[in-house]
Order: sequence, then structure tokens, then C-alpha cells
Amino acid sequence: MTRWAFHFDASACSGCKACQVACKDRQGSPLGVRWRRVYEVTGGGWTRRGAAWEQDVFAYHLSVACNHCERPICLEVCPTGAITQRDDGVVLLDAGRCMGCRYCEWACPYGAPQYEADAGHMTKCDFCVDELDRGRPPTCVAACPLRALDFGDAAELEARYGPAAVHPLPEREVTRPALYLTAPRGADGAGRVANREEVRG
Amino acid sequence: MKRPSVVGATTSSERIVRVGCPAHNCGGRCLLQAHVRDGVITRLETDDRPDAVADPQLRACTRGRAYLRRQYHPDRLRWPLRRVGRRGEGRFERISWDEALDLLADEIRRVRDTWGNGALFVPYGTGSYNQTNGSQTARRLLNLYGGCLGIWNSYSWGAINVATPTVYGTLETGNQRQDWLNSKYILMWSWNPAEMRDGTNSDWFVKLARERGARVVCVDPRMSMSAVALADEWVPIRPGTDVAMMSAMAHVMITEGLHDDAFVRTHCMGFDDTQMPAGCEGAESYRDHILGARDGVPKTPRWAEPITGVPAETIARIAREYATTKPAMLYQGYGMQRRAYGEQAVRAACVLAAITGNVGVPGGWAGGLALQAPDGGPFWNLFPAGDNPVGAAIPVFLWTEAVLRGRELGAADGVVLDGSVPDGRTVRDSGGVGGEVAPDPDRRLPSDIKLIWAVASNALVNQHANINRTAKILADESRVEFIAVQDNFLTPTGRFADLVLPACTQFETWGVEDGWKYGDEVLLMPPLVPPLGESRSDYAICAGVAERLGIGDAYTEGRDERGWVAWALDRYRATRFPDLPSLDALAAGNRGVHSRPVGTPAVAFVDFREDPERHPLPTPSGKIEIFSKQLHDMDDPEIPAVPKYQQEWESPFGPEAAAYPLQAIGHHTMARVHSTHANNDWLAEAFPQRAFLNELDARERGIRDGDEVRVFNDRGAIVIPCRVTNRIMPGVVDVPQGAWWSPDEKGVDRGGSVNVLTSERWTPLAHGTAQHTVMVQVEREAGS
Repeated sequence: MTRWAFHFDASACSGCKACQVACKDRQGSPLGVRWRRVYEVTGGGWTRRGAAWEQDVFAYHLSVACNHCERPICLEVCPTGAITQRDDGVVLLDAGRCMGCRYCEWACPYGAPQYEADAGHMTKCDFCVDELDRGRPPTCVAACPLRALDFGDAAELEARYGPAAVHPLPEREVTRPALYLTAPRGADGAGRVANREEVRG
Repeated sequence: MKRPSVVGATTSSERIVRVGCPAHNCGGRCLLQAHVRDGVITRLETDDRPDAVADPQLRACTRGRAYLRRQYHPDRLRWPLRRVGRRGEGRFERISWDEALDLLADEIRRVRDTWGNGALFVPYGTGSYNQTNGSQTARRLLNLYGGCLGIWNSYSWGAINVATPTVYGTLETGNQRQDWLNSKYILMWSWNPAEMRDGTNSDWFVKLARERGARVVCVDPRMSMSAVALADEWVPIRPGTDVAMMSAMAHVMITEGLHDDAFVRTHCMGFDDTQMPAGCEGAESYRDHILGARDGVPKTPRWAEPITGVPAETIARIAREYATTKPAMLYQGYGMQRRAYGEQAVRAACVLAAITGNVGVPGGWAGGLALQAPDGGPFWNLFPAGDNPVGAAIPVFLWTEAVLRGRELGAADGVVLDGSVPDGRTVRDSGGVGGEVAPDPDRRLPSDIKLIWAVASNALVNQHANINRTAKILADESRVEFIAVQDNFLTPTGRFADLVLPACTQFETWGVEDGWKYGDEVLLMPPLVPPLGESRSDYAICAGVAERLGIGDAYTEGRDERGWVAWALDRYRATRFPDLPSLDALAAGNRGVHSRPVGTPAVAFVDFREDPERHPLPTPSGKIEIFSKQLHDMDDPEIPAVPKYQQEWESPFGPEAAAYPLQAIGHHTMARVHSTHANNDWLAEAFPQRAFLNELDARERGIRDGDEVRVFNDRGAIVIPCRVTNRIMPGVVDVPQGAWWSPDEKGVDRGGSVNVLTSERWTPLAHGTAQHTVMVQVEREAGS
């Protein structure tokens, strides 16, 4: 059966955050909760040569939600069994069984499970399963103005895009994410996250 | 009137209505699917029609997707307010609609009787222009009441509206965007379509062109969203020096023989001294200027390097790439023309396109404003403002001058006094009339401005230059005697109102829109929910005033908002969209959009290229005017006949740099549409208002990322947190424009409105805004 995965073209993302906001609109997420968020990674610098400025600055963006991993650490650490995985790979969180201990938040290397203080429990991306079940794309994918975000069957995406890694995402082996990437320039590890205040909870 | 009871597909108690995004003036026109339940909009999805190059999905951007935070903001205006306390203090009391409409009608009548119709003024504003919401509704009313002081030109396109026709004789210099896929080289110069949009999908079309092999280079002081997503190379350039780099590129082309000499011979005027217009035989040609034949200064890349900060080798390489990769586009954005000599940047970019022969060919690009071929593209607004009997219009940026010394303003100030006020074009974000007017130098405006009625406009305070100056002018009740402000929120402009009128949002009344510059679609905007509180559409408010002035029937012609939308659809059907269904059919079908697919994109100037004798341009010479006799005859050193780099009046090379060494720019941020959405918390979460500072400038000042900084000059100061970044050139600080001015008790702006720092001085030819030409200093804020 299909095992759902995202493809993100990090070489074509402008960092506009239509995905982040479309997701918030769908979920009515409060401030600070971003099931999908966009990291700005930059590197390089400036050198003065005579009257000219030379630079090797680079920048790219990473739009990251839950990656519905093949080895979901969140599920493994959850003490109440609130987190489950469907046969199609989608990792779901049952708010009614979540006691808000936040172990999953600490365990997930992508920051996918997010705590909603007012509700007193965790929340996370559900891959818009209701849309998937109706044959429609997830809201974030349908939102992308540059068509840089896509979804599909994990095996097909892996065959097409391979296991590219983009700094500073964790090594794939940690959780085996259902996320396939097209790498941008500068993806080899020299960059740093430049917009921390825009991505933290 | 026959109307369907419900618009939209219904599933149980929820309707999903396809509707044009309120958009404001963002540069896009997109489709939303609004979920409506029990009179409340609960969710906004976007276009899910099939996605094709000829007829692409109109996917809404971040702003459109965050719209519900604006729609249901607790600060929405719900009822009319009357000022108590001093003007500008921001204290108001609730009044009834009858009191409010009586007050406005009485004041219009009183000011007209005292000062004449020329004292009435509806300022520029693009907070809405979807027919029944927007400033055009008030302009129609005043025009029917004997007229008002008109405006021409726009804040967005001041210089480019006027400078483009000096080269091409027209503003319609653009190809349809599907043609960009034919380009092999795209030079995005000061152009950031991924963020300001410049047509829904413009960024996507550049992406497609790149996928088909085009090399894309972005010239900009900032590594913009577009530079990151779309460009193979970013060339940072010092703001305001674009013409120096363009001139140096021309030098490389001319000296290395890379220009298209055959095209220049047959299609251009004034390239060298063999083709000067009659009467200008001895004047300096473009070639003479570039080679330094007269001034002894060849405009080489080495000359341009210290001006632009761009390495000479880079300039020469970009020149060779652009000149030898065919066909190539040099797309000029609008930021670089909102500067001291913005007209020169427009003309210089057009000239590069001309001398490389990229005019009139698929995949090429003529430059200039580039309204799209073959018909000039969308209309923006159709609602009839009517003829203005006052017959006087000021350049839109000069309204504070018309308050202070209107009766001194004449043709030399760009004032149009010949009665041919270009009616609808004053509302449309376009419409240069420069050069078409035969001015009478002795005539002056009939009055200073005495009454301002700002509808969907925060340009009165927040978006106009030099806020502290403007605020002082408006606070003086002896000058402007009455100010009415009509909006969704109490904006910084609203604080200066004597009367505040609550307008409903575009989700609460009928409207219709077509593409913005590009796009061949008509988008319907049926009301989704009732107006909040007592708010009303701009049209309904104006109709109420019209009735009190005794011109109610003339104003409405018996139509309500829906009736005017049907009227507008008839106009679209008679022009660009012959297959457009009726309003009833459009609404019943719930498609939201009617599009005209572009299979074979039109290319501007094809006929002219093929046969310049049979199809001359509408310029005086019929050719591309690299040298403009029209400008030459103005005999003004600030308005040269061939495009020239001129040092700006506030510059890192001037004495002002001693106290204020940094250039400040205010780019169009994804967080706002100008000042609309400035109070939208989801957008502020995504893109908080920050001063963006290069890491070297920050280090020199002991500033760390996140510190509060003071950005200031003689005109004012703002204090906001900073973002230290390597994505901006050293020497430049970016304060994204449109944040709401929020002065503290000392007058320091804590909101981060860049216009606290900008200057009211206008460009020499267009009398347009030069708000991006501004020098500042940045310091770490003590105690932060």
C-alpha cells in the first residue's frame, strides 16, 4: 500500500511561509504552535576588496512538519500510547489520551510534536489525513506558491530524489523520516539557522 | 432585483464559497475557498483547479491565508467615532450613523461654500479597490458634487509611469508572462516577485524559465526571497547606484562590440552622434556619455566599482552574459525607481534592453513599466469616478505641499490644470500623464486643501514620507479644517481624524477584481458574512452622504453594491472577457474565477521590430528614444536627455554620511500589504518587524542579533529589535515598510515605521516619491 511522504525542494523555496500559515488556518493553531515551520539557513560572509564588496553568502529554507518517520521516536517514548501510526505511515496523536508530559517533544529531532498550553496536551501534524482519505493533497502542499512542496508514495519519492540530507536536519538513520529533499546550494553544513525567533515555540 | 439566496456549495451547515482574495494592493489577485458556517468564516483554502502554464492556479500567499486574523481582529471598527480632545491625540466618542453622515455632509458643504470645490481632497490609498470598497467611491461622490482636487500618478510607480513613455511612448512594454519561458537569461534587477508578488505566479514563471535552462541573476542590495528561491547568482549593489552599473555594462558592450548595432541603427534614436534628433545635433549622445567623450570620464566597470560596491569583473561579466545570451530579459523592479533619480534607473534599463536588441522578440524584455501586451492587461478598477469639474490634479506625492501652499502650485510642480484630469486612471495604480500636458506656467491651484476624506488610505500618515512632519501638518486645524477617515481599523491615519467611519471588509460586501498587472482572470467577491457591528461598505457610506448632499440618485443610479458588480462585469464582457458569464451564472456556479487561458503569449513591439517605418512607436521620433529631445528641451541638469548616474541627494558619498553613514531601505515584506495586516498576529509571528543589519555593521556598533536598536536621522527615530544578517549589503539597513507608527511619549516610534526616517523630497521629472533615498545611523539602544 501507499506509504505517504513529503518531498521538499529546498532549492526552490522562498521562505514565504504560506505552508505554515495555511496549516495554522486549517488547525486554528495558537501563536507559538506551528505544525509546519520554515527554517532560514544562511552562511558565508563579506570581504572588502578595495572599493568592492565580495561575498560568498548563501541562504536556503527548510519547511519542516512532522515527517511521519519509519521509526517514530515520539511513539516509542509516549508513556500513554497516545501516539499511533497508520499502515500508510501517518503518525497520529490522540489528544484525549495525551497527558501533556512532553516526552515526545524532547525526543523528536524535528520539533514536530508541539505543546498547546491552553489545551494542556501535545498536538502535531496529521498529514491532513482527512484530505488524503478524500484523495486530496495536504493543505501545506496545496498552498505552496512556488510548488516546492509535494507529497507522494515514499518509495517513489525515494527513487526519484534519493536520500539527500540537508544541514541541519538530523541524519536520516535516526528516525528514517518520510521526507525527501532536493538539496540547495550550501546544504553541506556551513550554514546556521538565522531565524530562531521565528521557529521556536 | 433577482439574486440567488445562497452562493456556494453547501455541505450540511457549511458553505464553501470561491472568492477573490481581498488582496488590497499586494501585486497578486488570488482565489480563496472560504468555509462559512453560521455566519462565520471558519477557514480559507486556496485554488484547487487544474494547474497549467496557460491557466495556472491562483494560489494565495501567506497574507491571504492569514486573512481571518484580520477579519476577526478584536480592534475592527464597529461604529462611527467623533474626535474628542486634540486632533491626533487619538481620543474618540461613539456616535450614530445619522450624526456621522450629517457631520460629513455638512463639512463638505461648508468647505465647498467657503473655499470652493478645489479644497476638497480624497487622498491616494489602495487599502481596497474592489469596486464597491475603496477611495474611488468617495471620488465619484465629490466629482458629482462639483469636483475636488484630483491626483495623478501613484506612490508605487511614480517615476516609472513617467519615464517609460520617454523611451517607448507607451507603458505597454511587457510580454505576457508565459513568454518568460522562452528566455535564456533573466536579470532580476531590484525585483522581488516572490515576496511582493507582482502578479500571482510571477515567481513561479521565473522558476519555470529556469527549469527550462534560463540563467537567473538577481541584482539587489538584499538577498531577497526571490534571490534565494529563483536566482543562480546574487549581485549585491549599493542602493541608488543601479544606473552606474547599467552604464558600465553599456561601456563593456560598446567597447567590446557586443551591442546589437543593426537594431540600434534601425530602431533607436540618439545612440550616437549619427542619429541625434533635429535641433539636438550637437548634444551629447548616449555613446558619448558612456565613453566619456565630453566629460572625460569613461563609464567603465572600474569607474562603477567604488560607486556600486560591485566588483568591476562582476559588472563586466554580467554585461557580457546579458549581451550575448539571446534572448534575455532585464526585468526592472519598482524599488529602485522610488529613489532620488528614479527616472534614470527606468530609462537606463530600457536602454540596455534596446541596445542588446531584446525588444520585440519572444524571450526578450523591453523594460519599463511593462503593462502587458497586447492590450495593457487588467483594469484594476472599473467603478466610475466620473469627470472632475475642478479640472486640477496634483502629483499624488505632493499633497502635503497642496495643504501648505496649494495656491502657489502650478505646472512647474507637476500640477495638471488643463481640465483633462485622467479620471479613472487616478484611482488605478498607474496612469502617467507626464509629457502630455501643455502647461500654462502662470496658472495655480484654486485653493489649499481644506477637507480630507481618506477612504481605505493609510497613506495620509503611515505610508507618506517623513511622518513627524506630516503629523504636524495634519494636527494644525487652521490648515486642514476637517479630516474624515474611513477604514476597517483605527490606523495611524485614523488617529488624525475628526470623524472615523467604520468600513466593512471585502468579505462583507460585493466586489470584483481582475489580475494585478498580469493575469487574465476576473475574480468574483460575493459577500460571505454580514458586516461586523454597524460597519458598512465604502459605497454604502458614500451613498448616505450623497443623499444628504441631494445627489443620492445621481450617485447610485439605482444600484446597490451587487448592481455595480454586475455593471462592472458588463464592462469586462465588452472588453477583455467576451465569454464572461452573467453575475447570476457566476455566483450560482461558485467558480469564483473566470479565466482566459494564454496559449500563445503576446510579445510587445513585435510589429515595430518587424517594420519600424510602418509601425512606429508613439514617441516623437517614432523610435526608441535613447536620447529624448523632450527631456533635452527641459534644460534641467537633473533631467538629462540620456540616462545618467547621478549621486543622490542623501548618499554615502555626501557630507550627510558623516552623521548618518547607513542607507535605509524599506522593502515590501510578506508580513503586510503596505500597512494592511500590520496588526495581523500570525503574520507578525511569521515575520516579526525587525531592522535588518549586516553582521559587519552590527559588529562595528557592538550590536548583537535580537538587540533593540535605534535607527535615526534628523527627521526621527525608531526603536525596534534588530536581525543581524549576511543577506544584506554592508552599509545598508532594511526596515520593511508598512509597520504602524506607534510613537512613545518622546515621539520615538516603537512600531518601526520606516517613514519616520524618509524624506518628502520628490523626483525631478515625475514628482514621484523618493522615499527609499534616506541616510540613517543605527545604535544599540541603551538598556536593551
